[in-house]
Amino acid sequence: MLTVNELFHSQLKVVNVGLESFYEAMLDQNTPACHIDWKPPAGGDPRLLEILAKLSR
Amino acid sequence: MISYNEIRQNAYYDSVTLMLFSSRLSEVPGVSEAAVMMGTDHNKSLMINSGILKSGDAAKITPNDLVIGILAEDQQAVDAALVALAEQFENKRQSASGDEHLRARTMDSAVKKLGDPNFAIVSLPGKYAGAEAMKAMENGMHVLLFSDNVPLEKENELKDYAVEHNLLMMGPDCGTAIINGVALGFANVVRQGNIGVVAAAGTGLQEVTVVIDRLGGGISQALGTGGRDVKEAVGGKMMLLALEALKNDPRSEVIGIVSKPPAKSVMEKIIASLKDCGKPVVACFLGADGEPAGGENIVSASTLEDAAAFMVDLAQGRPVHRTEFTVPAEQVDAMVAEAVSGLRPGQKYIRGLYSGGTLCYEAMLLLRDAVGEVNSNIALREEFMLKNVEKSVGNTLLDMGDDYFTDGMPHPMIDVRLRVERIKREAADPGTAVILLDCVLGYGCHADPAGALAQAVAEARAIAGEREIAFVASVCGTDGDFQRRSEQEKKLREAGVIVMPSNAQAARVAARILAAI
Repeated sequence: MLTVNELFHSQLKVVNVGLESFYEAMLDQNTPACHIDWKPPAGGDPRLLEILAKLSR
Repeated sequence: MISYNEIRQNAYYDSVTLMLFSSRLSEVPGVSEAAVMMGTDHNKSLMINSGILKSGDAAKITPNDLVIGILAEDQQAVDAALVALAEQFENKRQSASGDEHLRARTMDSAVKKLGDPNFAIVSLPGKYAGAEAMKAMENGMHVLLFSDNVPLEKENELKDYAVEHNLLMMGPDCGTAIINGVALGFANVVRQGNIGVVAAAGTGLQEVTVVIDRLGGGISQALGTGGRDVKEAVGGKMMLLALEALKNDPRSEVIGIVSKPPAKSVMEKIIASLKDCGKPVVACFLGADGEPAGGENIVSASTLEDAAAFMVDLAQGRPVHRTEFTVPAEQVDAMVAEAVSGLRPGQKYIRGLYSGGTLCYEAMLLLRDAVGEVNSNIALREEFMLKNVEKSVGNTLLDMGDDYFTDGMPHPMIDVRLRVERIKREAADPGTAVILLDCVLGYGCHADPAGALAQAVAEARAIAGEREIAFVASVCGTDGDFQRRSEQEKKLREAGVIVMPSNAQAARVAARILAAI
């Protein structure tokens, strides 16, 4: 794990989760990046989400 | 005219992808209105208002459902639109499986594929974003959390973890950062140099870095914190960590800080951290009363442009100088006189339609000094808050990047649709004299905002008929940005817009016009 000041001297390697255009901006800037094809957990079903949250406690 | 609706349950796509799908559908011959959106309350009301969703159908749609609405001349056009949409989904599916090594389904697999990533950009809907940001930090990544609507408790939990592990946790609601020359989120292509900036204000950071670039200065690091960081409830956790990092960074010879006025206790901690830190500091606390009581190394600026200019002055070893206008005074006088001469009796109000919240806020401060307080959805004082943001009252400035407008919709720096509609609506109001705009460029932003605004201005003029309206704008960007600042400014000027070199100067020209009516 890099400290902030160590990060200032390191090549950024970026994980992008959400808007894909931010991932494309990394590619444009020749910055290594990986995009996560994210979907809401439990298909966004609030009842299932609550059960999942209970299970992970 | 026939309308078509389809609801796909639990089908998630990000708002920018859906904006692109919607605009493709709108281009199909015979289609007059089309939208593909997630079923948030805001989106449902937009679709009902434009006649592409029946209000009776809206009740059963949830924010996790994808809603397709098409209004077309005949069934043939609807069918053609559906074929076009199917192609869009297929293209998306193919691109998602194309460059396999750069895509993943989970954080864990992204970490494995990339090999020791050190940074994450998170821009998911607010209720999911905090959990992903935490996963990223647990995997050793510094984070830019773009999302808004992240609960306060979650923000504190994330930032406590970040402080404990010396990680950047920029956000929630952090739009912009530049680290090691890499533009993250909404950020511009600027020169690298010896000025390090921390901001609790996204477009504030964009405007400052862009003006620094224009004046020949350069950026070492530009860090964001999210607007809530400097409030009592968060206590400036990330602001203090970021300032500490800049103090320890040999490349950051001058430090800049940009924010709305922090809570008193946070301000004290910030000043204590910066006082006598051995580096010159420029503090821009927009709207602060008086100078912050600081050390001799701290200079305060009241506008973003002044803040940037002071930083460049100090970085180049000159005394600081204030800026009112960078265009000759007689040219400003002529622009104001021409704008005023076209107005008719009864035209007396300004309507500011902003995509950048900090730019809107700065303009309100400058207008307050010149023509009194203006109404807004982010008003300087409670009594000037708009009761209904859909309806401007008197002098009104709107931050259209505020939560109300972005619920399920892309940010207005990406998607100009709502702003274009609002420009036309303000033009229809016989009281409107001046329409003040920002035009923000950079990574992540719309590919041609000035083109879209210029078209909206032309349509607005047609709506206003014989009434002339003064359009005033500034472009926040550089010629290094893919949209190219000079070309964007040219498009606006050709549409008859008064284009000023900074937001502060645009607001001052607007104020001068109002004062001369």
